[in-house]
Amino acid sequence: MIRIILSRLAQMLMVMAAVTAVAFVIFRYVGDPVLIMAREDATPAEKAALRQQLGLDQPVVVQFGKFVARVATGDLGNSFRNQRPVAGLIAERLPATLELVLVATLLALLLGIPLGVYCALKPEGWLTRLIQTVSLVGISTPTFVTGIVLILVFSVWLKWLPSFGRGDVVRLGWWSTGFLTSSGLRSLVLPSVTLALFQVTLIMRLVRAEMIDVLSSDYIRYARARGLPASYIHRKLALRNALMPVITVTGLQIGALIAFAIVTETVFQWPGMGLLFIQAVSFVDLPVMAAYLLFVGFIFVSINMAVDVIYALVDPRLRTRAA
Amino acid sequence: MAMPGLVTAVIGALRIKRVLGWVITLRRASPPLPVLLAGMVAGTLLLLALFAPQVAPSNPLDLASFNLADSEIPPLWAEGGDRRFLLGTDNQGRDMLSAILYGARVSILIGGGSVLVAALIGVSLGLVAGYLGGRTDAVIMRIGDVILSFPTILLALLVAGLARAVFPEAGNPRNVPFVLISAIAIHDWVQYARTVRAATMVERARDYIKAARVIGLPSTRIMFRHILPNVMSPVLVIATINLAGAVLTEATLSFLGVGMPPTYPSLGTLIRIGNEFVFSGIWWIALFPALTLVILVLAVNVIGDWLRDRFNPKLRQRA
Repeated sequence: MIRIILSRLAQMLMVMAAVTAVAFVIFRYVGDPVLIMAREDATPAEKAALRQQLGLDQPVVVQFGKFVARVATGDLGNSFRNQRPVAGLIAERLPATLELVLVATLLALLLGIPLGVYCALKPEGWLTRLIQTVSLVGISTPTFVTGIVLILVFSVWLKWLPSFGRGDVVRLGWWSTGFLTSSGLRSLVLPSVTLALFQVTLIMRLVRAEMIDVLSSDYIRYARARGLPASYIHRKLALRNALMPVITVTGLQIGALIAFAIVTETVFQWPGMGLLFIQAVSFVDLPVMAAYLLFVGFIFVSINMAVDVIYALVDPRLRTRAA
Repeated sequence: MAMPGLVTAVIGALRIKRVLGWVITLRRASPPLPVLLAGMVAGTLLLLALFAPQVAPSNPLDLASFNLADSEIPPLWAEGGDRRFLLGTDNQGRDMLSAILYGARVSILIGGGSVLVAALIGVSLGLVAGYLGGRTDAVIMRIGDVILSFPTILLALLVAGLARAVFPEAGNPRNVPFVLISAIAIHDWVQYARTVRAATMVERARDYIKAARVIGLPSTRIMFRHILPNVMSPVLVIATINLAGAVLTEATLSFLGVGMPPTYPSLGTLIRIGNEFVFSGIWWIALFPALTLVILVLAVNVIGDWLRDRFNPKLRQRA
């Protein structure tokens, strides 16, 4: 167990080192921030002053050392665009994205698991066929198309739900939540459904495949031969094992959801990290891009590690192999 | 060394007997109706898109050919439709049907291009990693692990965004397709590499490879002439599934504004343009390109799904 955690930790550090290096390269070598920030008519002296102020005139090694030290203390520099600390910008946007991703994940699990189990238990049923056809359409529909169609139907035509922003939010310390107001909850509906739809199909297909696999295994056949009730076999023996990979994928997909939130947030003008990032990309706001990469990289790596550890906890075979 | 290797690789991959073998396997499989349908839809779209300049009613890239007076005309069957514009016009008076045909062409070319590049890189690296093993293998696969821990879209956004910052010329419509192809391929090659590596490791232990080594054939020749043809069938499946994904990624990048510019739009760019008009109830500018995109990707996915099941021995047994 401890060995698994340690080896994962080593891997995690390696990935983070790679990500940090990339972030630094972006930060330091891509584009010339001075040219971007300085006014068109700035004199060479003004540019040099700006360069010095940003610390861009020092040796590369010193800059990288300073960069790592600063990142370690949570100082991610200032945004080129509005001169505010990047860490603050991200912290401000973080709750919006996390709430969106959380709701989308829950939606995806609540819909995906039962649908997948149903399709596995009744492989020939007409409902199964229908569900699978719809899921294939779902997997072929890009997030932004889903979003646009939902906006068109529910905001423009039916006028039921808001199509942009978070609505009213309540501040709890530094966290701002949309869960506590009705306009906040209403604003959450379309974006979270949009974000969840792709995941539903993914989870459903996975649960179905795993469930079919497990149901044809020897121990299930034995349980049937013993005359155990079908509901017991399905729920306690089969589903439990079929859900193993679902844990992994759901975990890993949280990372993907944060990335896909970029698209959803753009469609719905949702004030989260994704919108921040896409604005940074179009304004070549390198500190924000680098910080987003670092932050998301950190989240991904942590999730990967957590998933591995949970996996080892749930699957006794992995534990004994390590011991 | 690299060039002859590449040439043998291509020849090896294209060995006619092999390809014929696939065709026969697929024919014997007699695809079910939905797959045949998907094949027809995908084929039709492909042809229409490739011959867009010949079949489109007008040239959507020629700014002088459309008239602002024709702007925002709804599709033919809606109230106020115009016989000249089957699917209506956009905000500049551009015929939507023509724009979609040209856009699909751009989408398919970029999607296909990135599949080709990713497959070429992935298959080569997978062969090398699987055949040589050891440190080479470890380095290649670890790089792949790191890349795969990030979703395609994030990596692609980063590459496309950075390319713009580094090379001012990257924003030139002429260069954007290449930027997009690299941005997508940089993530997708890993899947080919993993599959080919695993298959190569199995083949390497076989007697015919041992024999080839004993008679002193060079490694590149063994890899590309002897192993490659035997590990190609999963590559075909991955390529089909990846094509759908690549077209979607390109569309997403263009939708987000880091892809094809409005002067040379792909389907994603058209949807981005249309998105601004959705709120005023002008739905056709966004919806028709979106529909085309979904149908195209769906058709390719149906084919890919079926291929995957065909080539999966576990599933074949059950059936």
